[in-house]
Amino acid sequence: MCHNPPVGNSDAQLNAASCRGLQKRYGKVVAVDGLDLDVRTGECFGLLGPNGAGKTTTIEILEGLLNPDAGEVEILGLRWGIDDRALRQRLGIQLQDTQFSDKLTVAEVVRLFRSFYRRGPSVDDVLAMVELDSKRASWVSKLSGGQRQRLAVACALVNEPDLLFLDEPTTGLDPQSRRQLWSLLGQFRQRGGTIVLTTHYMDEAETLCDRVGIVDHGRLIALGTPRDLIATLGAEHVIEFELADGALLETETLKQLPGVQDVRRLNGSTSLQVSELHTAVPALLAELEREHRSLSRFATHHATLEDVFVAHTGRHLRDE
Amino acid sequence: MSLSLTPDGTCAMSNRRPTYHPLVELVLARVREFVREPEAVFWVLVFPIVLAFALGIAFRTKSDEPVYAGVLAGQGSAEIVAGLGTSSGIRARIVQPEQADRALRDGEVQVIILPGTPVAYRFDPTRPESRLARLAVDGQLQRLAGRTDRFTAAEQPLQVVGARYIDWLIPGLLGMNIMGTGLWGIGFAIVWARTKNLLKRFAATPMSRSHYLLAHILARMVFLGIEVGALLIFAWLVFSVSSRGSLLLVAAVAVLGALTFGGIGLLVASRARTVEAVSGWMNAVMLPMWVLSGVFFSSANFPAVTQPFIHALPLTALNDAFRAVMLDGASVPAIAGELLTLCAWTVVSFGIALRVFRWK
Repeated sequence: MCHNPPVGNSDAQLNAASCRGLQKRYGKVVAVDGLDLDVRTGECFGLLGPNGAGKTTTIEILEGLLNPDAGEVEILGLRWGIDDRALRQRLGIQLQDTQFSDKLTVAEVVRLFRSFYRRGPSVDDVLAMVELDSKRASWVSKLSGGQRQRLAVACALVNEPDLLFLDEPTTGLDPQSRRQLWSLLGQFRQRGGTIVLTTHYMDEAETLCDRVGIVDHGRLIALGTPRDLIATLGAEHVIEFELADGALLETETLKQLPGVQDVRRLNGSTSLQVSELHTAVPALLAELEREHRSLSRFATHHATLEDVFVAHTGRHLRDE
Repeated sequence: MSLSLTPDGTCAMSNRRPTYHPLVELVLARVREFVREPEAVFWVLVFPIVLAFALGIAFRTKSDEPVYAGVLAGQGSAEIVAGLGTSSGIRARIVQPEQADRALRDGEVQVIILPGTPVAYRFDPTRPESRLARLAVDGQLQRLAGRTDRFTAAEQPLQVVGARYIDWLIPGLLGMNIMGTGLWGIGFAIVWARTKNLLKRFAATPMSRSHYLLAHILARMVFLGIEVGALLIFAWLVFSVSSRGSLLLVAAVAVLGALTFGGIGLLVASRARTVEAVSGWMNAVMLPMWVLSGVFFSSANFPAVTQPFIHALPLTALNDAFRAVMLDGASVPAIAGELLTLCAWTVVSFGIALRVFRWK
């Protein structure tokens, strides 16, 4: 991992958020274990990792809601404990699972949050931004999951924040609601805002994020643009197959096949990272023929961040 | 109301107002949450009235209430019943031996007469009405046996409004109600917000934390007028209970009491993570005061050594202040001690709550 300069030297214009040597323990459980991050101004940065990887703890430390046991944090060139009031005016925060009062209307909730900030768009403008104008007079209890999530984002946008933190913004949402939220975040980016988000959806990270940090067991195990991270696999495609008799082919044999970069085994299935499908697939099928094996499953896909995670940890992101 | 230009250039009223000061918005939010919760309205407004009505009926002043006597079945019991029946203040009947003790215990009869020479009385000396029944029965039987009264005193029955139990009870109910709604109303709302991560979300804004806590207390003031007014008007209409002292002072005491119990409600809810936990704490805080602070019976019943402690309790101070104003017509200097006690509780509990409050 590269050695970054200490956090104090960072240029506020360059980095919207940075931290060095972040550590947080809950009893004996180490949630965050020496994390360094730099989020550049204007980018969308994603913390990708499985549940319990320390994503929420990390983002809540950056948000100033948790104190780290060790490490330094700088947000917008300011520090928690010194510039809290000024920082709070400039941050937008959406927490995982915040439930607003059931019996307030959408507009009432947004207006309440708007009143905490010195400047920002009008309540009507915020509601239009998140496409909740038609629900403005509805009680929160009557909203769908996607609408509640957009309300949470609305409350994070009432001050036109410089930096927006989103913790698992689309978890539990249907595909249409997810896309709606993604386009909303795209608009925020276009106005020059910086986003830090956590997610355990690789497609979300690939779609939204300029750069991704993959986190596991409180450590950063990979960092870069989604494209670069996938490129580190050295293979654009992944072949997954299982044999009818449940047996496994020799790893060495598979590695000899043309175009195969890496071989992994997960729960009885084998996955091959390959550079070119059109050479690897016929070679694999010929090998199976030679050994008189038959397939029970065969699939190929473009390499994703999921495969990057698997390559680093030997586990899937969503092993639950 | 702000004005804004619409795209076609006409001047239109923005259909929504701008935001007010955060404290005002927080209070408005609390008030709305409350009035949109029908159960809460019931407990705050209807419950104390139902309670006052029930207690007023149960403890209504009983004038000319007869005493009930049982004569144990046996030789001569019919003559005793007949003899007692000639007195208008005594209702006598024959009771079977196996039923006698139960009838006495349940209050169906207040004294049992065992026929004989002389008769014997079985009664419960710990119950005033039982002692009274024994005296009435004894007097009647003595007269029947030939005792003559040396003189007959003139009687001046007293039935003064302001000296009845209900007059004494209403101020206590006011105090109890202010305590209950302060603790339940604030405690539950805060713990709910904590369990739903809402407090944490507020903590992530520049909102002033004391504004949030203050808003809970101020929102209580909106309903205070209604809940205190409803109970007072009810008591006035149904039981003719009125205040000898200034109603303005009654209102001021109510406001101070609501501030006090609002602060205590915040303190009780300041750390609890679950509704069950906060319920337990609130009962632990309120139960001693229900018993000790003179809601249903005078706190003077407790031993002298406990009195300084009892008088330091906020509900005692509130009830004493209400009674001093309503029953004795006291003015501010006369209740200065109680007011100071309430102020001290308010400041200390709010101050501690703000310090130890758990936002996450």
